[in-house]
Amino acid sequence: MTKATRPPLNWLALLKESGVAAFVALGLSIVMFGLRTVDQQGGLGLQTRWSWVVLAVVSVFIGRLVLAIYRETRQPPHTYSGTQDSEQNRLAECVQKISKVVAPLLIIFAIVLPFLPFSSRYIIDVATLVLTYIMLGWGLNIVVGLAGLLDLGYVAFYAVGAYSYALLAYYFDFSFWICLPLAGIFAATFGIILGFPVLRLRGDYLAIVTLGFGEIIRVVLINWYTFTGGPDGLSSIPRPSFFGLPFSRRVPEDSETFHTFFSLDYSSMHRIIFLYFLILALALITNFFTLRMRKLPLGRAWEALREDETACRSLGINPTNTKLSAFAIGAGFAGFAGSFFATRQGFISPESFTFIESAVILAIVVLGGMGSQLGVVIASILLIGGTELFRGLEEFRMVTFGGLMVAVMVWKPRGLLAHRDPTLRLHAPDHTPESHKSNT
Amino acid sequence: MSHMPNPPTTMLSISGVHTYYGNIEALKGIDVEINHGEIVTLIGANGAGKTTLLMTVCGTPQAARGHITFEGKDITRMPTHEIVTKGIAQSPEGRRIFPGMTVFENIQMGAMSCDPEYFDQDYTRVTELFPILKERQNQRAGTLSGGEQQMLAIGRAMMSRPRLLLLDEPSLGLAPLIVKQIFEVIAEINQTDNVTVMLVEQNAYHALRLAHRGYVLVNGKIAMSGPGSELLERPEIRAAYLEGGR
Ligand SMILES: Nc1ncnc2c1ncn2[C@@H]1O[C@H](COP(=O)(O)OP(=O)(O)OP(=O)(O)O)[C@@H](O)[C@H]1O
Ligand SMILES: [Mg+2]
Repeated sequence: MTKATRPPLNWLALLKESGVAAFVALGLSIVMFGLRTVDQQGGLGLQTRWSWVVLAVVSVFIGRLVLAIYRETRQPPHTYSGTQDSEQNRLAECVQKISKVVAPLLIIFAIVLPFLPFSSRYIIDVATLVLTYIMLGWGLNIVVGLAGLLDLGYVAFYAVGAYSYALLAYYFDFSFWICLPLAGIFAATFGIILGFPVLRLRGDYLAIVTLGFGEIIRVVLINWYTFTGGPDGLSSIPRPSFFGLPFSRRVPEDSETFHTFFSLDYSSMHRIIFLYFLILALALITNFFTLRMRKLPLGRAWEALREDETACRSLGINPTNTKLSAFAIGAGFAGFAGSFFATRQGFISPESFTFIESAVILAIVVLGGMGSQLGVVIASILLIGGTELFRGLEEFRMVTFGGLMVAVMVWKPRGLLAHRDPTLRLHAPDHTPESHKSNT
Repeated sequence: MSHMPNPPTTMLSISGVHTYYGNIEALKGIDVEINHGEIVTLIGANGAGKTTLLMTVCGTPQAARGHITFEGKDITRMPTHEIVTKGIAQSPEGRRIFPGMTVFENIQMGAMSCDPEYFDQDYTRVTELFPILKERQNQRAGTLSGGEQQMLAIGRAMMSRPRLLLLDEPSLGLAPLIVKQIFEVIAEINQTDNVTVMLVEQNAYHALRLAHRGYVLVNGKIAMSGPGSELLERPEIRAAYLEGGR
């Protein structure tokens, strides 16, 4: 990088740029912060909060200015974009090496977490929540990250899984261990039903249709009162058992519960920890499945399809079936996560499955770096764990969320850990590869 | 230039094919025959419909009228991905390699539709034809040079063990030396590996010298056909495709 030929900062242009940003902020914040309706005795009243507007405008102005100065001083104005690319790649190689070590450490940490001295019920609850999103992120990663199908209605399959579990348990009295696979299969079936008509669409169009599908499912759940309970939702969903041993304080006659079977004292933590391990296992299954798929022809075909559909077709890949399989498998994992959600909460209602959930899951995948498994973990911890820990700042949750997104898009436009590692690396140039034998 | 199989038997027959893009009739009744073991070239100006003809053989877009038969089977209405499994492979216009995958993974993608048992053998053969692919096997395909990408596209197509190879402008944008190298490999594939080749080219001189026979496409119709050396001698061809174009 050349240092000598950098022109001096053009302050006028920078100030103008920041001024424009501040003006936009002014326009937006007048309506969003400046005016507020409040209930008064005589009906609705208007409250003004001009100090907020001033704060927003000033912070946008300064933020933009700092950003612009940073941009101007860091990069020579006309860089060959290739250097950035290779820099990114070098970084990614590093990350890949680190992740070989980090991934097993993370798994070990996750396994021992409930037994660590500081693990309160609260910590385990948050960890369970984070793991749920990690699983959803990994599931969506198959659809978006690997197959390149932008799905904005992923939460629909999560909902299908949750409701299938609750309804199967309610109407047929099936146990958790029967409902879990059935919920996954139902969700996958929905994936196929949706996939058939829409998968010939591309990019933006696919995104819009999936968005619509997500809403349709929610609206049906709200309105089909007799079957789904409508907005009231479904409650008293059966809790999971430890392979038939329930986690209850009262011991039913001629049967055993978890604590009597293992001769422990009853503790409500047993169930919490069990749920934690359950979602950990489900999430790890999702991960290993994805890693395995990437090495198989079908997984390879997903990735190829994302890169060039026409080329795929001329190589003998059936694009419809390939996309459908990605869609269905992604949906299936959302279904598993959904039934876990139902059994953990004991209560579900359509409110848990709004578009914002799809957006959060998609944000996790995109922020983590499309297709990166470790990226999903880090993004989930940041987004879900982070917002959970700062619950006090509830009001600023979405602002923080948006700010984080913008920050990542500015500094890491390809996501935190954007790197595609080859499914296998060949070493000696004259050594014939062997691992492709698994290509059956 | 090389010996012809004796007696010639038809491998691919295109008869009376019309292809439309919406209302635009891109192919207006094409008849082309390709015999076992031949190299047949298709030359023509920009927009004549060469790519369209190649793509119609592969089934995207499908012919609106007419018939295409390959080794006696009618493939006119067959979906693209099935046609490929019948023994036709294509190196499409613009190469269309998978830029984010490594060279080796691209080659593996080529072998997707056939028995993995042959992989080692075929991979060895492809790297014999294009040694550079072996040197670059771990490199991201998008970072290959244009010539290397073209070799990869042909190598990838060869991995599906085709009996008929369709090549769309393999010399596009390449230095003369590389063009010569690629054309030599095409001849080698044809003779040693016994693969029939249908070659679309702008580089009419090289293509006609290499091919056993050639067709000239003008505005969606076949204007002329005949042995390569004969077409090369025709004054109208020299005027339209050789002198002006070179
Ligand atoms: N997808 C498409 N939609 C509409 N028209 C198309 C499409 N593809 C090709 N055409 C039209 O069909 C005609 C033939 O195009 P084609 O690509 O087959 O030409 P070509 O002979 O391969 O030309 P070139 O040598 O430039 O590659 C052109 O007039 C082109 O504009
Ligand atoms: Mg063309």
